[in-house]
Amino acid sequence: MAHAHASNVKRIWTVFVILSLITIVEVALGIVKPGWSMTHIIGMKILNWIFIILTIVKAYYIAWAFMHLEGEKGSFRWSIVLPLLILIPYLIFILLTEGNYVHDVMRNGFISWDF
Amino acid sequence: MEATVTTATEGKVWGGGNEPLKASYGKMMMWFFIVSDALTFSGFLAAYGFSRFKFIESWPIADEVFTHFPFLHGVDAPMYYVALMTFILIFSSVTMVLAVDAGHQLKRTKVAWYMLLTIIGGAIFLGSQAWEWKNFIAGEYGAVETRGGRILQFVNSETGKQIALHDFAAPTGEGKQHINANGYAAEKEGEAVYTVKDIVDGFTANSNIVIRTETLNEEGHKTILSREESAEKLKSAVLVVEGANLERNEYGNRLFADFFFFITGFHGFHVFSGVVINLIIFFNVILGTYEKRKSYEMVEKVGLYWHFVDLVWVFVFTFFYLV
Repeated sequence: MAHAHASNVKRIWTVFVILSLITIVEVALGIVKPGWSMTHIIGMKILNWIFIILTIVKAYYIAWAFMHLEGEKGSFRWSIVLPLLILIPYLIFILLTEGNYVHDVMRNGFISWDF
Repeated sequence: MEATVTTATEGKVWGGGNEPLKASYGKMMMWFFIVSDALTFSGFLAAYGFSRFKFIESWPIADEVFTHFPFLHGVDAPMYYVALMTFILIFSSVTMVLAVDAGHQLKRTKVAWYMLLTIIGGAIFLGSQAWEWKNFIAGEYGAVETRGGRILQFVNSETGKQIALHDFAAPTGEGKQHINANGYAAEKEGEAVYTVKDIVDGFTANSNIVIRTETLNEEGHKTILSREESAEKLKSAVLVVEGANLERNEYGNRLFADFFFFITGFHGFHVFSGVVINLIIFFNVILGTYEKRKSYEMVEKVGLYWHFVDLVWVFVFTFFYLV
C-alpha cells in the first residue's frame, strides 16, 4: 500500500475545517431561516434541500477523507458505495411516496382524526 | 508448463493472500459490516421520513423542542447544544484519523494519545446525549391531550410564547391518578399531580392564555386559537401530559418521541460500543500489541467504525434537528 506511509495530517485538518464550516452554516441557516428559503421546490422547502445537500457533502468528506475511501482501490470503493447509493434513494422514494399517499387518504377521507 | 505455474501459486491464491481489492480481510469485513449497518440506519431514518410525511401538517418543530443549553436556564437556545455535540463528534473523528495516521508511521505514543482523546470525545458525546434525553423526558411546559390523541399546548396570547402548566394551574390530584406521562412522577406517594380540571380552572382564571394546536399553518408555525376557540377546544381534553415517554409526549405527535428515543438511542448505543472498542484497542496500543505486529491496522479498522458512527450522526442531526 503506497499511500499507507505518507502522512495525511494536512488533509485531515483541511477536512475538519470544511466540516466545521458546513455545520456552522447549517446551524446559522436553521436559526435564521431566511425568507427566500421557505419557498417549496419539488415537494420541499429550499432550506431543507440545502440541509440535505450539505449533509451529503459532509458525508462525502467523512467517507472519502476520514474513512480513506479515496485511497482504496476503485473496485473496492464502489463495491461499498454503490449498493448504498442505489438502495437508500430507492427506499426513501418508496416510503416517502407512500407516506404522502397515506397523508392524503387521512386528510381527504370521511373519518375525522382530530376530535 | 501451465500446470507447474498453477501449483506454485495455488497456496497463495486460495489461501487468501492474493487480495484482489488491495484490502486485508479484516478491513474488508469491517467495511461490509458498515454497509449493512448503514442500511439499517437508513431503514430507521426512512421510516421516520414516512411518518413525517404522513403527519406533515402536524409534526412538532424541532427547534421549539430542543432549546436547552447547559448552565443557561430559561434561555432559548435552539440547536446550539446539538451543534456542539456535532462538533464534539467530528473532532473525535479527527483525533481518530490522526491516530490512524500516526499508526501508519508506527508512532506508538502518538497513537495512544490520539486514541485517548477520541475516547474522551466519545464519552463527552454520550454524556451530552444523556443530558439531552433527560431534558426531553422531563419536558418543560406540559400540555393536555384530547380525546383524539392530539396535544394542546398553552401560550401567552400577548407574547405568543409557551406557558408551563405550573405558571397558571395548581395541582390538586393525588399521586396515583396515572394521568401523567411521566410514570415516575405520578407513582410517588402523596405527590400532587395535575388533573384536567386543574388545568381548565387555571385556564379560566387567566384570560391571557390561549391554546396552540399541533396543526401547522401556512407559514409553518403552530396554529394559535382565539380565547373562545381555546375554551371550546379544551372541553375535549382528557389527559395531562408532562414530558415524554414511549406512549405520549408533550411536544405533539406520539411517533415523534418514539422515533427520537429509538434512533438517537440506537445511535447512542453505537457510540457506546465504539467507546468500548476504542478502549480495548487503546490498551492494546499501550501494551505494545501492535508494536510487536509492526502494524497498526487494528486502529484503522476501529477507526472506520468510529467514523461511521460520526457519519450516522451527521444524518441524524440533519433529519431530527434541522429539516
